[in-house]
Amino acid sequence: MKAVELKNIVKTYALKKSSVTAVDDVSFSVEEGEIFGLIGPDGAGKTSIFRILTTLLLADKGNAKVLCNDVVKDWKTIRDIVGYMPGRFSLYQDLTVEENLDFFATIFNTTIQENYDLVADIYKQLEPFKTRRAGKLSGGMKQKLALSCALIHKPKILFLDEPTTGVDPVSRKEFWEILKRLKKQGITILVSTPYMDEAKLCDRIALMQKGKIMTIDTPEAIVNQFGKNLYAVHSESMFKLLNDLRSFTKTESCFAFGENHHLTLKEECTTELEKYLLASGHNNATIKKLEPGIEDCFMQLMKK
Amino acid sequence: MTQKEIVIKTNKLTKKFGDFIAANEITFEVYKGEIFGFLGANGAGKTTAMKMLIGISKPSYGYAQIAGYDVYKETELIKKNIGYMSQKFSLYEDLTIKENIHLFGGIYGLSEEQIKTKREALIDKLDLHSQADKLVASLPLGWKQKLAFSIAIVHKPKIIFLDEPTGGVDPITRRQFWDMIYEAAANGITVFVTTHYMDEAEYCNRVSIMVDGVIQAIDSPDGLKRKYNAQSMEEVFLMLARGAKRGE
Repeated sequence: MKAVELKNIVKTYALKKSSVTAVDDVSFSVEEGEIFGLIGPDGAGKTSIFRILTTLLLADKGNAKVLCNDVVKDWKTIRDIVGYMPGRFSLYQDLTVEENLDFFATIFNTTIQENYDLVADIYKQLEPFKTRRAGKLSGGMKQKLALSCALIHKPKILFLDEPTTGVDPVSRKEFWEILKRLKKQGITILVSTPYMDEAKLCDRIALMQKGKIMTIDTPEAIVNQFGKNLYAVHSESMFKLLNDLRSFTKTESCFAFGENHHLTLKEECTTELEKYLLASGHNNATIKKLEPGIEDCFMQLMKK
Repeated sequence: MTQKEIVIKTNKLTKKFGDFIAANEITFEVYKGEIFGFLGANGAGKTTAMKMLIGISKPSYGYAQIAGYDVYKETELIKKNIGYMSQKFSLYEDLTIKENIHLFGGIYGLSEEQIKTKREALIDKLDLHSQADKLVASLPLGWKQKLAFSIAIVHKPKIIFLDEPTGGVDPITRRQFWDMIYEAAANGITVFVTTHYMDEAEYCNRVSIMVDGVIQAIDSPDGLKRKYNAQSMEEVFLMLARGAKRGE
């Protein structure tokens, strides 16, 4: 059984004078027990897909199923078996941490005690603050509370819409550790993120942009499809280096990538490039071959 | 940066909320034309510190001078000499691109004549002619952020404060945004920027890392990597931020 299945989903929003196609003929499926990532910037269509799958929004065209339940006909069943953490904090700000969790347990006809083992890991970090109002929590704690509330009825599938946006690298790492543990308990996870480095933590990913899927595969397979030698180039003057590399006639693409610039060439000519850089005044430039990452692949696909 | 003109200078700058010390005796300097990365985990005290620096939150004690002005007595002069842009708020969505430029130009004290010249130049540079009379709401996020940045420096401020300017932006636009940052710095505008992207930390001339309200480390990215024997800024950040005691 597929955990999630979308076929030719289209969603258009009408504005005053124009309209925006947020989801443009999207099809994909998620296997049970998988961590599946929708990776893309704002405006890629990630949130609309989440809202369609959680039965909060109707698609214009196409159909979608969650554990064989149709998102239109069987919306009631779906709401019982999924957990949803929206991108925007949507808990009750004027209820305390504990009251929020208790509330979500109650509307799903269960209790905190009954499913405590599932949330214990996350919730115990919140327990010292359980009498604090949710509105007074910091970003990271709100995120943990929201995840606890999405889990308290023991859903079969978790929908997490940008759970780590705006979160610092340490908390992001911790959050992904939690997701890995939930996967071990058999929960299917559909998660979206604008952070390309999180892609490799998913079993499979869809790279999205402007309502369309550019590619779907395992992170390894996507990296293998890059199909070009990628070089990391470094010198003492990185800003000048970027402009010089972009002016090199055999450069295909060149982007700043932290401490190095990532470069692809129209043809293999590293010796010529070395000479060119030396002539341009980069005395200690280094050129090293490296494995592309998801972000390299994303940018390559964007240019197609 | 042959002569190091100081544009931000703080000494034991502190902000307390009751018993909680959000920013604890922060002391540092930022030089003219520098790209300075202000890093820290959520809850480390970055926003609190930034609010004091831009003159909208009064320090509990300590001292700071921004563009030569005192953070206690000359907050209005500070605001005139800086630009500010954040991911959360940048432009008015229900005004057109032209109207936004006009509004902010006016707020920053430019004359009608200056605004007109600046507006044309800015629309030219960003190649937004066909969009100039459209609502900002209709622009893709990446364009909004580029426009917001251009508007935030329309009055040629001494310092531009950028609070997570590239969150949620696609990878190509994110890099184009950094091209604009480099250009502003090359024109002598000091750039003070916060980010959660550690690759962007590498683009800064110097970075500071805040942990539990204190500046734990401050140096060039290369200097920090050497000191902590790390391969990347991400490693340095994780090493320092993992030592944090206070939850957010």
